[in-house]
Amino acid sequence: MIVADRKPLGELLDMVKDCKKIMVLGCKGCVTVCNVGGVKEVEVLASSIKIARKKDGNPIEVVEKTIERQCDPEYIELVKGEVNAFDAVLSMACGVGPQFLAEAYEDQTFYPAVDTKFFGGAVQHGIWEERCAGCGTCLIHYFGTLCPIARCSKSLIHGPCGGSANSVCEIDSDIECIWDTVVRKKMEQGRLDDLRQVRTPKDWRTARDGGPRKRKREELIS
Amino acid sequence: MSELKSGSNLEKVLKAGHFAFTGECGPPKGANVEHLKEKCSHLKGYVDAVNVTDNQTAVVRMSSMAASAIMVTEGVEPNYQMVCRDRNRLAMMGDVIGAYSLGIRNMLCLSGDHQKFGNHPESKNVFDIDSIQLIAMVKKMRDEGVFLNGEELDVAPKMFIGAASNPFADPFEFRVHRLATKIDAGADFIQTQCIYNMDKFRKFMKMAVDMGLTEKCYILAGVTPMKSVGMGKYMAKRVPGMDVPDEVIKRIADAGKGNYAKEGIKFACEQIEEFKEMEGVAGVHLMAIEWEERVPEISKAAGVLPRPVMD
Repeated sequence: MIVADRKPLGELLDMVKDCKKIMVLGCKGCVTVCNVGGVKEVEVLASSIKIARKKDGNPIEVVEKTIERQCDPEYIELVKGEVNAFDAVLSMACGVGPQFLAEAYEDQTFYPAVDTKFFGGAVQHGIWEERCAGCGTCLIHYFGTLCPIARCSKSLIHGPCGGSANSVCEIDSDIECIWDTVVRKKMEQGRLDDLRQVRTPKDWRTARDGGPRKRKREELIS
Repeated sequence: MSELKSGSNLEKVLKAGHFAFTGECGPPKGANVEHLKEKCSHLKGYVDAVNVTDNQTAVVRMSSMAASAIMVTEGVEPNYQMVCRDRNRLAMMGDVIGAYSLGIRNMLCLSGDHQKFGNHPESKNVFDIDSIQLIAMVKKMRDEGVFLNGEELDVAPKMFIGAASNPFADPFEFRVHRLATKIDAGADFIQTQCIYNMDKFRKFMKMAVDMGLTEKCYILAGVTPMKSVGMGKYMAKRVPGMDVPDEVIKRIADAGKGNYAKEGIKFACEQIEEFKEMEGVAGVHLMAIEWEERVPEISKAAGVLPRPVMD
């Protein structure tokens, strides 16, 4: 899923400082799963904004709503009758949501209420980790089903670098050295030869480096 | 003697079977050409080639290519370092050709310290290719006379290709295999991380010799004389991938105030004596960090003078 963090309240209050009536719009997709932009978080943010503004002697009306997904025009369409009734809309979806909204409702101002972070998953309750860099050509099967592009700080194809110590990355002792894990896994499997190949440089055209990406599935286009 | 790959002094020294001795010089944090020339003058005649670091520890300095080119004009042979952190394959190939055109004949291919450690931690890193792919790319340009995409080069850059090896990083058992992959990729010579843990290095070299790696590549053992107890402690705790045993720090401390540097140099010289005899070690890479003026004294004490003069 896409993992995000909510922006600090101060930053959000600043975005809506001139507004009297706003909508906080959540998304039931990834941001609900990572506890940052679902029904519950919409409620918390709406209350926080109202309390802060009331304290400032400048009350604000905040309407809460959460839709199935903000990355799908079908659901974006469902708020058609409402969005223009507000001075602004704070979207709690990933970076896709406010853009889809803005494309659909050109006259309204949308603000991102979260910072979109990475593609990952929850390794335990409350802890999410990056697993995929979305490079467009998956290579993980060569590396013990572990992704060095997303998980090595230097995206090395031939690791670990000279900074690997005690299975952690040189840049932060809280980051696993994924190459250490790859090597140990291969050693246990007796497949060290898999790591003795000189691999050709990666073709980054399938990643963002090839320009903004678009997928077309003819069979689905009516 | 078969044909030389680059014709660099370092290559000739190693090929002739001499025990090589290389130095290191960090470019200035600015355009202070005079300071660079002054630092480099201390090394002239005392080493076979001088490594020119490339924004080392991710701190911006004069480019390693420019500093290397200045060294060439000063009559000191550079070993031009290039890291994968700051440039993509286009810039790298362009720089390899540029460096060769400026008279540079040795290069050291490195991944590079992460920018987190440097003075612009907010920067974007590149890592389009890694150090092993860089080695293979330079070899391809040199030996096949083509760019990475197969297009022909108009005069190939004949570089003597170096790489680094850190026997002290983890997992230890894998380090020799990574070294082997670098050699497969095309490394002609290797310079190791600074060695303080001699036991571990002996084990590492035995593995390298047993795998036949020292028949395919010249290995230069990395030595950094300890200037002070503080430096030892700093390296032990703060420098990634360094292994400084407590007894080495204790030895320097026991020498007493005022004698730390002397003891550090003495320890380095003892190491060098052992490396001269150690199977598979083809030379020493002396990294006298910001201590270039002491290189003449250290090389004399280490018994590596005079340096061979190659034609």
